[in-house]
Amino acid sequence: MTAVEIDDGQGWRPVCELDDLIVGRGVAVLLPDGTQAAVFRTRGDELFALDNRDPFSGAYVMSRGLTGSRGGVPVVVSPMLKQAFDLRTGQCLDEESAPDGSPAALRTWPVRAAQDALAVAG
Amino acid sequence: MSVKDLVLVGHGMVGQRFLEALFEQSADEGEHRWRVTVLAEEPRPAYDRVHLTSWFSGTSAEELSLCPPGFLAEHGIELRLGEPAVAIDRAARTVTCASGAELRYDALVLATGSYPFVPPVPGHDAAGCFVYRTIEDLEAISAAAAGAGVGAVVGGGLLGLEAAGALTAMGLQTHVVEFAPRLMALQVDDGGGALLRRKIEDLGVRVHTGAGTQRIEAHPDGRVRSMALSDGSELDVDVVVFSAGVRPRDQLARDCGLTVGERGGIAVDERCRTSDEHIWAIGECALAVDGRVYGLVAPGYAMAEAAARDLLGAAGQFTGADTSTKLKLLGVDVASFGDALGSTPGALEVLYADSRAGVYKKLVVSEDGCLLGGVLVGEVDSYATLRPLALSRTKLPMPPEQLLVPAGPNSHGPLVLPDEAVVCSCHNVTKGTIRAAVAEQGLHTVPEVKKCTKAGSGCGSCVKLLGTIVAEELAAGGIAVDRGLCEHFAHTRAELYEIVRVKGIAGFSRLIDEHGTGEGCEVCKPAVASILASLGNGHVLDGEQAALQDTNDHFLANLQRNGSYSVVPRVPGGEITAEGLITIGEIARDYGLYTKITGGQRIDLFGASVDQLPGIWRRLVEAGFESGHAYGKALRTVKSCVGQTWCRYGVQDSVGLAIELELRYRGLRAPHKLKSAVSGCARECAEAQSKDFGVIATAEGWNLYVGGNGGMTPRHADLLAADLDRETLIRTIDRFLMFYIRTADRLERTAPWLDRLEGGLDHLRAVVMDDSLGICSELDELMARHVETYEDEWAATLADPDRVRRFVSFANAPGTPDPTVRFVPERDQIRPARPDEDGRVLFGPNLEVRSR
Repeated sequence: MTAVEIDDGQGWRPVCELDDLIVGRGVAVLLPDGTQAAVFRTRGDELFALDNRDPFSGAYVMSRGLTGSRGGVPVVVSPMLKQAFDLRTGQCLDEESAPDGSPAALRTWPVRAAQDALAVAG
Repeated sequence: MSVKDLVLVGHGMVGQRFLEALFEQSADEGEHRWRVTVLAEEPRPAYDRVHLTSWFSGTSAEELSLCPPGFLAEHGIELRLGEPAVAIDRAARTVTCASGAELRYDALVLATGSYPFVPPVPGHDAAGCFVYRTIEDLEAISAAAAGAGVGAVVGGGLLGLEAAGALTAMGLQTHVVEFAPRLMALQVDDGGGALLRRKIEDLGVRVHTGAGTQRIEAHPDGRVRSMALSDGSELDVDVVVFSAGVRPRDQLARDCGLTVGERGGIAVDERCRTSDEHIWAIGECALAVDGRVYGLVAPGYAMAEAAARDLLGAAGQFTGADTSTKLKLLGVDVASFGDALGSTPGALEVLYADSRAGVYKKLVVSEDGCLLGGVLVGEVDSYATLRPLALSRTKLPMPPEQLLVPAGPNSHGPLVLPDEAVVCSCHNVTKGTIRAAVAEQGLHTVPEVKKCTKAGSGCGSCVKLLGTIVAEELAAGGIAVDRGLCEHFAHTRAELYEIVRVKGIAGFSRLIDEHGTGEGCEVCKPAVASILASLGNGHVLDGEQAALQDTNDHFLANLQRNGSYSVVPRVPGGEITAEGLITIGEIARDYGLYTKITGGQRIDLFGASVDQLPGIWRRLVEAGFESGHAYGKALRTVKSCVGQTWCRYGVQDSVGLAIELELRYRGLRAPHKLKSAVSGCARECAEAQSKDFGVIATAEGWNLYVGGNGGMTPRHADLLAADLDRETLIRTIDRFLMFYIRTADRLERTAPWLDRLEGGLDHLRAVVMDDSLGICSELDELMARHVETYEDEWAATLADPDRVRRFVSFANAPGTPDPTVRFVPERDQIRPARPDEDGRVLFGPNLEVRSR
């Protein structure tokens, strides 16, 4: 089994199994402090972890978006109103700010696949 | 602004166009506002007399109507039906109606049209003799034809041949009697007439040219028995239809002393004013300033517009019109344009005839090489290009004979039309106007240009040319029309469908690796998922397909604004048992879901979290419910009324058919959602004409309508076929759906697809009913495979633990509901909490949310 781990600032934490992730899709995971992260696995077998909250609708649904690419940038598209976000930086590619005035960007976390809890550079 | 009274006499096509033109301009444009009263002799508002014959093939009087609902009310127009005008008092400026009512006017517009000319031969008024002008005439002909064997049409012109077609279609042995030496004497020459005659005789119609009707004999009971012709022959007939031309209805004008022409017609000037400055005359009753009475609708419309502009104080004039025509008579294409008969001094003729292929073409050319006019029989594709060339008297860029020979490898390129050439003669739109709409107003598609310029929105014969001009102009402006699906695929959805079908591709990776670039996106992935599903690639959540579905298809439910989902079980035809209702009610109560009845006659359950979906569906499936596919681009519902079973008016079992259709097409993935309905009678309580495919019961069978749409751009469905038996109906729908799925763009409903389809409804009919493309067996096979392999997506999902495992809010905390999905009570149910509201999380079943 291969575990997927997120570094939440307090160290690497296992959040799910690699097998839980369908290539091209994501899952939502709960971090110890109750924060929700969306973890994605792309066709090139890269992993990304971003905030699960869609800043445009306020709903925690980013993990249910489709991944893809836009002009070479790997993206996830919000299932709610279809804005695209850069999977690497969390930056929204369609708009600069959310309706509440906050910057339209998702928090990101380092994420890696770790075989048998054997630390592999992420 | 003062208010003045306008009386319009006659509510035919031209009268209606006049009203539209009068109110099209903004209200503040004129010096005063017109309060309009319309006097109509017929019992119904204006209808499309040009397509009158389609009434015989099932188009209803309502469908022929030209007066949009609400139009009269919106403009405060009072329409008095069955109330003809009988006298005009010019001094007092009043009109007297048949009922005796008297109306005062500041302006009077006569649009009384014409009446059919009936030759005054003995016996012309026997029972069984008809004219061909109104819906009532057609009703009478239809009733008489029911028990008849032989029919004769007097007059071999345009309308006469239409009438002959109608009689033939009703199963009568039909004769056409024409006084002139050829058919359609006004439009075509001897050569064209001869070919037309041969083609029509091939259909079993007997044609007698150069023959006059001498007398009509009747049975002792007064019914028609036979007619004697001037060539000595005698025909036994049961029905006679007179279609020997029309005469302007100018009696009202004559009686009040207005100037009329020697051979009839109310004389008007270029502003369409009669000899009385308070009275205008337009359409077939008017004698235009060029000394002609026009019996075609386009010149009538032009006169209506000129008169309306004059009444609004704007400049408008009518000095004459083009009488070019293109039509299909008894299945034969005939077109005539410009100086078709070569009456211009010095005109030369260039002929091409191929009697084996049934094609006859003639061009009339001036001595200096300008095109003047022509006649086309059997093949009329070049009409749209040649007519504007002839009307603008353009010097031909090539020898005329090259325009006549069938297109071959060495044929000429597209003709270059001058900017002043009129492309759409119904709305008088020039090529220059169309080019400007593309180049200056930035319109890139035919529908946009149609809407903006009105070109192509009349008879539609110029739409193909319109498409060519728009494409040329876009190319000239260096605008690449990218019809590709998205940045990852340069192909259209229809092209991808063919690629997937022909190469047997079963996954997205192979498709994008071989035919696209990049990683895909939210546009192409669901589109490809839909194509794969349409072509039968198993469960939508299996293998690579799982990664392509957008969230609704992925969770087989509909995402709502707070991240919760709604659930819609299938209720075929809207028929549900008390037990079924109770089951749904119990599930909704136990899970605390919000319930609402949908427009598609089913029940929507809102507020379920991802974790709850399998539990809810386990109970629904146990009770016999299936997925309603409310989440998919697929068949939604087939709505129905109770029909003959219960309703006093119903003529067929509409619920039974609706259930059969819904079960047949359930789960069928398409470019967009599909809606349907079945009505048990013409009252149309199921609103079938607003559906992608709708069925309305008739006494003889079922009428099938396609391409209807509610939503943002409503569109009434078109009648595809009438009086079908059940088997033919289902086969036709099968093919319609599969042809749509195969050729439509991504997220293109059937309505815009049908509008865009080259050749329109006729082409669609040819494809699905006459197999003109030879693909019907493929379409039938695809549908048979769909019906055979259908499985309920939810039952199949629940049967596989790996699929069920995905229905969790958190991968690392299965069973924990999402704490951010919160609800508050409203009207005894739940609704999503707004950001400023606290709300409650629904932890499992049985949360009490009642507020009272």
